[in-house]
Amino acid sequence: MSELEVRTYGGEARPRVGFFTDTSLCIGCKACEVACKEWNRVPESPQGFTGNSYDNSIDLGANRWRHVAFVEQRKELGVDGVAAGGLVEAASLESLVTDTGLQTYQDGEGLRWLMASDVCKHCTHAACLEVCPTGALFRTEFGTVVVQEDVCNGCGYCIPACPFGVLDQREGDGRAWKCTLCYDRLKDDKEPACAQACPTDSIQFGELEELRGRADRRLEQLAEAGLEGAQLYLADSSDGVGGAGAFFLLLDDPEVYGLPPDPVDTTRDVGESWAAVGVAAAGLAAALIGSVLLGGRR
Amino acid sequence: MGSNMAEQHPVGFQWVVEAKERGATVMHVDPRYTRTSAVADLHVPLRPGSDIAFLGGVINYILSNDRQFTEYVRHYTNARVIIKDEFKDPEELDGFFSGWVPEDGVYNVSTWGYAGTSGELPAGKREQTGDVSGDQAHGAHGMRLEHGEPPEEDWSLEHPNCVFQLLKRHFARYTPEMVEQVCGVPREKLLQVAEILCRNSGRERTSAICYAVGWTQHTHGVQNIRAASIVQLLLGNIGRPGGGILALRGHANIQGSTDIPTLYDILPGYIPMPHPDAGDDLDEFVERNGPDTGAWGDLKSYAVSLLKAWWGDAATPENQFAFPYLPRIDGDHSHYQMMLRMLDGRTRGFVVIGQNPAVGSANAGLQRRALANLEWLVVRDTNEIETAAFWYDSPEIEAGETSPEQIGTEVFFLPAAAHTEKDGTFTNTQRLLQWHFKAVEPPRDCRSDLWFTYHLGRRVRARLAGSTEERDRPLLDLTWDYPTQGPQDEPDAETVMQEVNGRHADGSFVSRYQELRDDGSTTCGSWIHAGIYRDGENQSARKKPGGEQSWIAPEWGWAWPSNRRILYNRASADPEGRPWSERKKYVWWDASERRWASLGDDPDFVPDRPPDYEPPEDAKAMDAISGSSPFILHPDGLGWLYAPTGLVDGPLPTHYEPHESPVPNLLYAQRSVPTRQTFPRPENPYNPSDVQPGADVFPFVLATYRLTEHHTAGGMSRTVPYLAELQPELFCEVSPALAAERGLEHGGWATIVTTRTAIEARVMVTDRVQPLKVADRLVHQVGVPYHWGRKGLVKGDSANDLLPLVLDLNVHISEFKTATCDIVAGRRPRGPALSAFVEEYRRRAGVVPGEPVREDRAGRAEGGAAG
Amino acid sequence: MTGFLRQLRGDPLGLGNSARSRRSAELVPRTKTADRVVQSICPYCAVGCGQKVYVKDERVVQIEGDPDSPISRGRLCPKGAASEAYVNSPVREHEVKYRRPYGTRWESLKLETAIDMIADRFLRTRAETWEDVNEDGKPLRRTLGVAVLGGATLDSEENYLMKKFFSAAGAVSIENQARI
Repeated sequence: MSELEVRTYGGEARPRVGFFTDTSLCIGCKACEVACKEWNRVPESPQGFTGNSYDNSIDLGANRWRHVAFVEQRKELGVDGVAAGGLVEAASLESLVTDTGLQTYQDGEGLRWLMASDVCKHCTHAACLEVCPTGALFRTEFGTVVVQEDVCNGCGYCIPACPFGVLDQREGDGRAWKCTLCYDRLKDDKEPACAQACPTDSIQFGELEELRGRADRRLEQLAEAGLEGAQLYLADSSDGVGGAGAFFLLLDDPEVYGLPPDPVDTTRDVGESWAAVGVAAAGLAAALIGSVLLGGRR
Repeated sequence: MGSNMAEQHPVGFQWVVEAKERGATVMHVDPRYTRTSAVADLHVPLRPGSDIAFLGGVINYILSNDRQFTEYVRHYTNARVIIKDEFKDPEELDGFFSGWVPEDGVYNVSTWGYAGTSGELPAGKREQTGDVSGDQAHGAHGMRLEHGEPPEEDWSLEHPNCVFQLLKRHFARYTPEMVEQVCGVPREKLLQVAEILCRNSGRERTSAICYAVGWTQHTHGVQNIRAASIVQLLLGNIGRPGGGILALRGHANIQGSTDIPTLYDILPGYIPMPHPDAGDDLDEFVERNGPDTGAWGDLKSYAVSLLKAWWGDAATPENQFAFPYLPRIDGDHSHYQMMLRMLDGRTRGFVVIGQNPAVGSANAGLQRRALANLEWLVVRDTNEIETAAFWYDSPEIEAGETSPEQIGTEVFFLPAAAHTEKDGTFTNTQRLLQWHFKAVEPPRDCRSDLWFTYHLGRRVRARLAGSTEERDRPLLDLTWDYPTQGPQDEPDAETVMQEVNGRHADGSFVSRYQELRDDGSTTCGSWIHAGIYRDGENQSARKKPGGEQSWIAPEWGWAWPSNRRILYNRASADPEGRPWSERKKYVWWDASERRWASLGDDPDFVPDRPPDYEPPEDAKAMDAISGSSPFILHPDGLGWLYAPTGLVDGPLPTHYEPHESPVPNLLYAQRSVPTRQTFPRPENPYNPSDVQPGADVFPFVLATYRLTEHHTAGGMSRTVPYLAELQPELFCEVSPALAAERGLEHGGWATIVTTRTAIEARVMVTDRVQPLKVADRLVHQVGVPYHWGRKGLVKGDSANDLLPLVLDLNVHISEFKTATCDIVAGRRPRGPALSAFVEEYRRRAGVVPGEPVREDRAGRAEGGAAG
Repeated sequence: MTGFLRQLRGDPLGLGNSARSRRSAELVPRTKTADRVVQSICPYCAVGCGQKVYVKDERVVQIEGDPDSPISRGRLCPKGAASEAYVNSPVREHEVKYRRPYGTRWESLKLETAIDMIADRFLRTRAETWEDVNEDGKPLRRTLGVAVLGGATLDSEENYLMKKFFSAAGAVSIENQARI
């Protein structure tokens, strides 16, 4: 789908870009959250103390376009009764270093603190885009999905359409806001603010094809290192959203991070029927009228 | 160890992550499971304050298994040096080194020296006392070192009194079993850490140790780092690429503010402040403070050049180059003492510039009471911090203890310029000076601290013009003519840097500290910075992109001294000057050129001095250092496994319990560091410890720390909306077991109590904090970040209100990192009820504020000789 | 409704080019419209990350990592990334505030007046607390009556002037965060 849309730019079209967020490198510093807010002048969104590990920003929303999840996996730390044999363990650890050039990523004793920076997925089949009646949401020449603040009228159709719950209306403004993948920066060949800030390169920006190759290699490495739960998320173009422009390497199942395990483009069938131009025009016109009325009532 | 690098230095941590990607093993030995632990290969939780026991275990492992890098140890360290017969180890004296003077509470250090010297300290030098100032100051500067002629040494390392054998005996009891009992670390974890360190050291490999205030903020902070330096010297990890002990500092210029100090006991470049005993005699000052040998052998040149920079033409050979103009120190005049003097009404005026003691210093309640006893206070900051607001908004006012009407302090708040509003350098944690360019003018009344100091100085000097008072001469003769620029008359920072760099008599810039002279023909504001303006160019402002140079990046900024990126890098070559291995090649002797060569760094040695150089008799300064002695700042050119001088609490690190600790010292009868500084006064009561009566009232270990989202006392983060919202409230971290024991509810409130006060915090119950099995019992920890206060966008109680003042005598740093406490569910009492609540705790614990600290050995009989 | 017309001419779904507004088409990042960009260093911890400070109309409009820095390679932590919000903080103070002894409120004061008053107080306290010699008649030439604290967030040049001036004035209790 996105290819089709990008093609409309003709010579202006650019290779599709995105994020590969490798959570095995994330240190939970939240530089991405802050750099995003700084660049995009996203309003503050204080939630108070949540008690949810070190996460006090809760979720993505109109006023938070990057969000770092913290997952404490709670198992007892062995204090007692560990058998002798530390040297053997050390030796095996070293052989791991020599053999694979990579270690297991978390302490092997059961306590694990997962951190992952979430963001708009910039789906290949983007339901938000497809339901938007005003053309505020559109596919850019970079293949990303952006809400145009000068067009959005706050109808809110996109919000339930997103299978990830990314989109939200801003209070006091009414319009929908989300990650633009720093559309303005891309136009000047600058990487998005979050990716540039990320201290450990957990957030990697680049051409999607190249990122996918990198992710495959990374997953192989981690598998060799014995990290069994590691998996790619939204990297597969045959999944329910046709793969995403922003995909992830997770160390556990998506649900653990609060991500839907099998997201689908809610409008996929509808979208295809819209390929008939006449029907589409009529449908959009109807939707537009509806949204204006809805907007007026809000 | 003692560092939470991923959280506190995230961007520096990228290099750790990258090293790990390339095969390095990352081990995190730290009380809590933090964001650093989460990405480490191994996390080893240990009880706060037990680091020396753990490192002692590592040292013992190295020595008992013969795993040291023997050639390095034999040639480059003082392992071979024989120590006086009179020296006695804590193993022999149950926790004391020889020379303990109980009535003074200090050591006479005369038995700690190298063999072959007399029992006396160097001529004219008083024996060491608790007064560690001036010529007695800590080892940051050159210290005198006497040794026999020739030095008594045993290159086989077998003499029973050689350092190597002393080390073996001293650490023999730091067995894995003992470490397990003291630290709460399972023995195999210790063995794993030790083994990995050993395997990753030697000719082909190096290991680095990173630390931060988790090591310094103890009554034995200096010895924590000493213990690490023993590990690294034994394994041959100093002066080599990928090795070292890396101090991770927490402020943009905390390194620079030590190098060019705003510290009472040193002058720029670690030259000690003079003591009255040296009188007005510059030569005696040099003789007392500078060794004849090594890089400090030229102390007189450094000192005279500094005096010439400050007093210009008024500094002449006839007046000792104005040496008498310097004020004298004769005791501990450090931060905590200045606050105590305020309480006593002896310090009446106070200028605070970019610091927030009302939140950030230990026993913050004492700090605020001190501020309230001043005549006048100047606070310069970008925001109205708690230190400026203490007179109308403080816990003491909330508790009804005082009110604005009762506080006579006159307060000036002056808004400061931000880093984007001024030119200047920050010195980062690896000694790298980086220039930051001014982007905009400071708004309205905001001014740089350069502006404040310069214009205050101008006004003060103008008021004194014509004065005949002797005390005003140093001000009137001071070189104080910096050009100003712009609409605000901002002094030119680059001119200041030129003065720091120094000049020859002809006005040309000095390019290396070796060019400085003691005859008044050179000026230099800080000898270690000589060369920063080399060739008339601001070397710190060099910004050649990293991608366009080698990994050493010598053309980005400038590192002192002489743009040297790895100190003591002569040690990266073997005694003959060849790289230890191709893999770890860095500096080597180029025999054909007859010079030291390197991959791109400045060799830390006399450039053309061959490895086989043997100093002639009576050689001085660098000429007295042999060609195979890399540690040129030491008078003998050796790395000190054993510190014969410079420390006041012992030549070897020894495990002592923190001042407040729930358990006895399992190693020695002496519980805590004998020389620690305590201040038994009403504002600074201590919790009873160990088996002292009342200790059970405060049964838990309290640890304070920081979070990524905030910066120290919060003045630069609680004021920033995007940071404030990420960590909006003070919380405490407790284990599920402690939560169950005390009925603490996750997300609810808890009150944490010490004899100082009580604070409240939201509760975070987490497995990341675990009880540790110590001395056969379970010790619970309460973790509290300290960033909050009463101003800013997010507010909360300050963890430092809970802590006592108790200092490491070497450096006068307080023990922030561990104390004891109690924790109960619910919010703390308000108003006068708070004092009553704390008073009840004191009563139960039998604590009378102001009473002397109880004897360490008290109750020892009941405690049993567990060691 | 112009979108519909465009869509009928080559963007059948109206989700790409034809939906792009003029604003979107002409978007330029403020790093590009800045009047100047200045190389700086992060003011928070001691890693010393490089920063680029973008200025528009004499106001800092963006601070981000400097990719040229071999220390930080363009990256910043949350604090460094928030530097613009720090220098433009809503609670930043821009004017001198004065509280007289036993006063109950802040008063305003001219900067020049404040510096003059501080100079007077400094000299007065210095004179009142001056110590010339100790009990043994050895030189002290100092005052412990005035203390100075701070420096770890300041520039080295600022620390240098502070140490120089206050030492020349005889103050010895000059300390900073490094003690903590």
